[in-house]
Amino acid sequence: MGNLHSVASALEHVGAAEVVVGHEPQAILDADRVVFPGVGGIRDCMEAIRRLGCDQLLDQVLNVDRKPVLAICVGMQALMSHSEENGGVACLDVLPGQVTFFGEAHQSDGGERLKVPHMGWNAVRPTKGHPLWHGIEPNTRFYFVHSYHVVPDSEAIVAGTFDYGLKGCAALAQENLFATQFHPEKSHTAGLTLLKNFLDWDGTCS
Amino acid sequence: MMTLAKRIIPCLDVDQGRVVKGVNFVGIRDAGDPVEIARRYNEEGADEITFLDITASHEQRDTTAHTVEQIAREVFIPLTVGGGIRSLQDIRTMLNAGADKVSINTAAIHEPELVSDAAARFGSQCIVVAIDVKRVSASHDAPRYELFTHGGRKPTGIEAVEWAIKMAALGAGELLLTSMDRDGTRDGFELVITRAITDAVDIPVIASGGVGTLQHLADGVTEGGADAVLAASIFHFGEYTVGEAKAFMADRGITMRL
Repeated sequence: MGNLHSVASALEHVGAAEVVVGHEPQAILDADRVVFPGVGGIRDCMEAIRRLGCDQLLDQVLNVDRKPVLAICVGMQALMSHSEENGGVACLDVLPGQVTFFGEAHQSDGGERLKVPHMGWNAVRPTKGHPLWHGIEPNTRFYFVHSYHVVPDSEAIVAGTFDYGLKGCAALAQENLFATQFHPEKSHTAGLTLLKNFLDWDGTCS
Repeated sequence: MMTLAKRIIPCLDVDQGRVVKGVNFVGIRDAGDPVEIARRYNEEGADEITFLDITASHEQRDTTAHTVEQIAREVFIPLTVGGGIRSLQDIRTMLNAGADKVSINTAAIHEPELVSDAAARFGSQCIVVAIDVKRVSASHDAPRYELFTHGGRKPTGIEAVEWAIKMAALGAGELLLTSMDRDGTRDGFELVITRAITDAVDIPVIASGGVGTLQHLADGVTEGGADAVLAASIFHFGEYTVGEAKAFMADRGITMRL
């Protein structure tokens, strides 16, 4: 889905030896680490994931091979149990939780009108120490663009939050999986730092 | 409070792969090279970059796609490409080249379904609808703005606010509003229509056309209610850096990414 090349360019920029873009099973199984990006609507995205067998590959990579995995934006949303988008779509249920709409007439706590999509640079507050946050100060701004946001069943997997009329989930972390709602590949130096951290990550949370 | 920042978007007018409006930076070797200029804006802290492809012929668009490709390889902020986008294939070409968003202008007027088709196919997040308006009411009448095409020469009779609402309903993720009365004048944004449209739609609005001072940029946000401000010449001629513009706006209480 969508613009996979920007993620590849950004990873190459921070020193990835080789980035393969695609859904070729062997390439994914041969990789040292896997990025699961996504833009666009969730229905098309999930349809493609299932049609191409990426759901099974992801399971293999995450749970059997235990490689470091980074999911981005719709990639993160696809990991949840269910999304409200496109009239309701069952997702991968890798991380239990829902993907919900910001809502019509979305407002800040102070009653200020907030546009949807949530588009632009928002401050991210890491809520737990994690190797992917290395060198990134609290409240560093990352680039977001989304109308739906993730609500995990368990607070324990939340790795970072943003404020946009609600406390939104900016990042999730569970074992060898890290997921961001923002686009590190479009977030200038902060995003490149996170991607570099991902390349250096051994997949453990210590 | 830490929340979403207002955005500053430098705009490059590109013809056959070269930036055409004057660019005058100290330390830039080639003032026509969009890659070098984009790199400069990126270093200065631009929040996004917009490319307006003003190439006359369709065949030469490959050059633009190639330029976008080169920029996307080293500039890691969002890139919007507009100008001459007429079909889903045009959109796909630009997204594949590395654009994050495409801006649809005249084609949305001739074929509004292009907006809904594109949003369904690629997602609203990458579909910007560009709205070029002029004030058509006399100065003592209630303000009325209509859409114009061909650089403001050709009227369409379409009322601007209604059109903005319709485009948002069709799935546009963002609107790029340009006042053709103000474009190139350096008199500041047309704030009346900017405010009317930002109030009428839920999606973000970029104000464009007429920036001559840093105060104009701040006014676009505080008076016009814009979510982002776009400017070309005040940055091209090296009068102000993007960083200076952001500091000025932040000093006036506007949330910026500094």
